[in-house]
Amino acid sequence: MAENRVYSAPGDEIETKHPVVVSRYRGFTRLNHWVTALCMIVLLISGFSFFHPSLFWMTGLFGGGQTTRWLHPIVGIVLVASFLLLFLQMWKLNLPRREDVEWSLRIGDLLKGDEEKLPELGKYNAGQKLVFWGMSALIAVLVTTGVMIWEEYFPHLVSIPTRRIAVAVHALAALGAILIFILHVYAAIWTRGTIRAMTRGTVTGGWAFRHHRKWLRELAGRRRTDPSK
Amino acid sequence: MTDERAPEPLTAATNPPLQPLPSNLLASDVVKASATGDLPAPERQLTPVAKLIDVSKCIGCKACQSACIEWNDTHPDLEENTGVYENPHDLTPDMFTLMRFTEYENPETNELEWLIRKDGCMHCADPGCLKACPAPGAIVQYSNGIVDFISDNCIGCGYCVTGCPFNIPRISKTAHVSKKCTLCSDRVAVGQGPACAKACPTKAITFGTKEDMVELAEERVEDLKSRGYDNAGLYDPEGVGGTHVMYVLHHADKPSLYAGLPDDPKISPVVRGWKGPAKTVGLAVAGLAAAGALLHGLFARPNEVTPHEEAEAEELVDETRPEPADKEV
Repeated sequence: MAENRVYSAPGDEIETKHPVVVSRYRGFTRLNHWVTALCMIVLLISGFSFFHPSLFWMTGLFGGGQTTRWLHPIVGIVLVASFLLLFLQMWKLNLPRREDVEWSLRIGDLLKGDEEKLPELGKYNAGQKLVFWGMSALIAVLVTTGVMIWEEYFPHLVSIPTRRIAVAVHALAALGAILIFILHVYAAIWTRGTIRAMTRGTVTGGWAFRHHRKWLRELAGRRRTDPSK
Repeated sequence: MTDERAPEPLTAATNPPLQPLPSNLLASDVVKASATGDLPAPERQLTPVAKLIDVSKCIGCKACQSACIEWNDTHPDLEENTGVYENPHDLTPDMFTLMRFTEYENPETNELEWLIRKDGCMHCADPGCLKACPAPGAIVQYSNGIVDFISDNCIGCGYCVTGCPFNIPRISKTAHVSKKCTLCSDRVAVGQGPACAKACPTKAITFGTKEDMVELAEERVEDLKSRGYDNAGLYDPEGVGGTHVMYVLHHADKPSLYAGLPDDPKISPVVRGWKGPAKTVGLAVAGLAAAGALLHGLFARPNEVTPHEEAEAEELVDETRPEPADKEV
């Protein structure tokens, strides 16, 4: 059978019908996500400790300033590799679609709790897409500027004036990444029933119906049937 | 050892006191420290000191480099001769000072001038390295003007490199700490002048109170002017609040002639922005976002799936025919 998927990713399927349980993320994707998340948390804490003197004490969590200075860029590289894998799995379903515009314009209804007024969506809403593309862009900026200021291995990669700009842009991009990180974590908690998608890998039918109905419809239409029929 | 502290050195030429004396450069003499808030007001003000390098007297013998290596016990690598006079090729973590040579054809006189400048930390009154440093207490400035790197607190990140307007700090590949001229703070602490000044055979390098050095420089400038160097002058750049290493230059109108000595050094506005408002505003924005999310999370109604929607989902799944049987409907 041809993979005629528009709103769903390979591996997304309806697991049970009564009650409806939908599998949203494969084990590999979940592991990939949590490795990225762990890297991001380590980077945020170590980065924050260099960002402001009042937070320098947090280098103690990693064994002191020298170790933190050594660790931060290495974890950064691990994050880039890990995020790249996530990116390859998710970019297609994060491409903008027509319904994203209307959804974004009616974001107020969502916050008021009138989600039924919003258009039906595929696997991701415009907010999730913003997180995805925002993080992708910022991580690209962070790794580029990060290598430029990586004293241990690339001390002469760029001139000192360029390095000054790189270090400032790195800090600004990191701030952007923190804001997106907060938005991402917050939305996952506020939208009840979301986190299990990244722990157990599944969501309830009601969750899929409420937030990603087109995705659910597509999966319902693709249910495996007995080949002998 | 007596209780009496070492006197403040007034010159590099006189012999130091012979008896062992406790250090006279105390932690309480620190007036600025990297990544540290307000320091307690110092109990005393040390006399500001300075090293004056008279470029017109320098013969390029590199005795200052040898003295520096010997005193600081550094071990610069043996390098290849690449056809330039500089040796080693650049400042390194093991070479805190370097004679830089420039061959300058003076268009006015049509003569070749060999400009030799002893490069090294300028000990700025407003040090860019100290401003950029994220490690508390890794860079300090004493009330006599010496800017010193405290290796125990240094994390080797290289931010001082971005902060310095003179391209001076170098990060050690082995110890992973930043290194530069200390103005022989450990010698000054016990009443002696810097090793380079002591070793200089032509007194091109002199050391003393900043006041005395400015006065000496004025004499030298006057002398140079009388010999036809109309643009002779003192290099004590205002952009960094003045420096505690100063040059007498025959072409003070064009400092960059001397192997790229900055004409108007100052801390880059990028570094000032990054280390100034960006820090506070950034921290506030991140903090507010986190606090806002937390408060909204605690007090706002969560976005919950209703039992009705679960039922609707079951209905939808039941009613949707799988693709192959789609024609019936």
